Amino acid sequence: MKVYFPNSAFLGNFDGFLKRFDPTNPEILEISANPLWVSVHPVVLAMVAALGSRVKPDKISCEVFEAPSKNYFERMGLFKSLCVKSGIHINEHDPAGRFIPIVQIKDSDGLEKFLEDMIPLLHLQEDPEHAKTIRYIVSELVRNVLEHARSRDGAFLAAQYHEKSNTIRIGIADCGVGIRETIMQSYSAPTDLDAIRLALMPGITGTTKKEGGTEQNAGAGLFFIKSIATRNRNFFVLYSGGAMYKLLKRKPDDLTLSADPFNDRHSRGNEFPYWQGTVVGIDITLDTTEGFTRLLGLIGEIYEEAVKERRRARKNIQPKFI
Amino acid sequence: MKEIKLLDHVGSFAENKDKARQIRVQLIIPSLESGEGIILDFTGVDAATQSFVHALISDLFRKFGSEVLDKISFKNCSEEVKKIIGIVSDYMQEAG
Repeated sequence: MKVYFPNSAFLGNFDGFLKRFDPTNPEILEISANPLWVSVHPVVLAMVAALGSRVKPDKISCEVFEAPSKNYFERMGLFKSLCVKSGIHINEHDPAGRFIPIVQIKDSDGLEKFLEDMIPLLHLQEDPEHAKTIRYIVSELVRNVLEHARSRDGAFLAAQYHEKSNTIRIGIADCGVGIRETIMQSYSAPTDLDAIRLALMPGITGTTKKEGGTEQNAGAGLFFIKSIATRNRNFFVLYSGGAMYKLLKRKPDDLTLSADPFNDRHSRGNEFPYWQGTVVGIDITLDTTEGFTRLLGLIGEIYEEAVKERRRARKNIQPKFI
Repeated sequence: MKEIKLLDHVGSFAENKDKARQIRVQLIIPSLESGEGIILDFTGVDAATQSFVHALISDLFRKFGSEVLDKISFKNCSEEVKKIIGIVSDYMQEAG
């Protein structure tokens, strides 16, 4: 496998980063970077850490980073997570208020502990409304990995607060079975993109076809998170197998929530380099974040409507005349 | 009426679905089966995920029907927790 850190790789230009990702030869990992400047979204770091977890340390080769921004990668724990000596020396300091270095979460207890530690790391103790939103997103996304991904190494997560845009960027990656295999347990999904579309619809879960889900799964987590991103006019990326769905930024006067993700302003593709597992990236701009309670009300309305619509559709099955 | 203090089981952020299941299976269902009502006390729980609330109560709708809401009271819920309980109750009744 080969990963190239370009000059810039954020959710807006994520496609460019993916196109240079080479998943062939999964037993080795070669990492290189733009020599002049490298600036990336935490989701890129989570992805590389997840890839590294699948490869023996002596099969990972990492080019010496020359760019002045190389210290960022050291601070975010990239080289440590890959067991690679970077040769970069920085003064370690308390990360509170700036970022969450790459963390691996392998079980429910690990997630609970992480959720406690996360808010101080992002300096959100004095901002309970945003803390709720961020905590909610991380909990739902990581639980998805722990419950559905069947990933030996759990979830890799990294996050960063970006002062200039007043945004918290979060990335979560796993090398599990991917969305299609999970969804296919209950629904037909001919392509990875079909599976992503279904996974983002309210009330669709791979664990059952029954409306209302199972006793443990409702199929609502990703729909809630996409809805949070929609209302806050932020990017949201879901990448699994060869498909990627990207929710694009919206205008303030067009924040309608849709049950079908293809009705949202988005870009999508089904021919990206194959990612064995699932990757989620999301930005949460703190200036525009809507009150969480109000947001839940809106999400609830769409969710209920989607369930009703599917029931109506089921009731209206036409007789077959032969 | 049996009262269950959620804070003691799940802390101030109710998100652990495994714990929700434990509470449902070990505490809620046996009480309902014996005809006893339940008070779910959310005092001190300032937030919950939809997944947690689903794991806590959705199966009760399947087992006991919508009438289960006559047997359960939700005490001291924050506005946010109320919304999530409302969402799960609505879609479970809609799912029938």
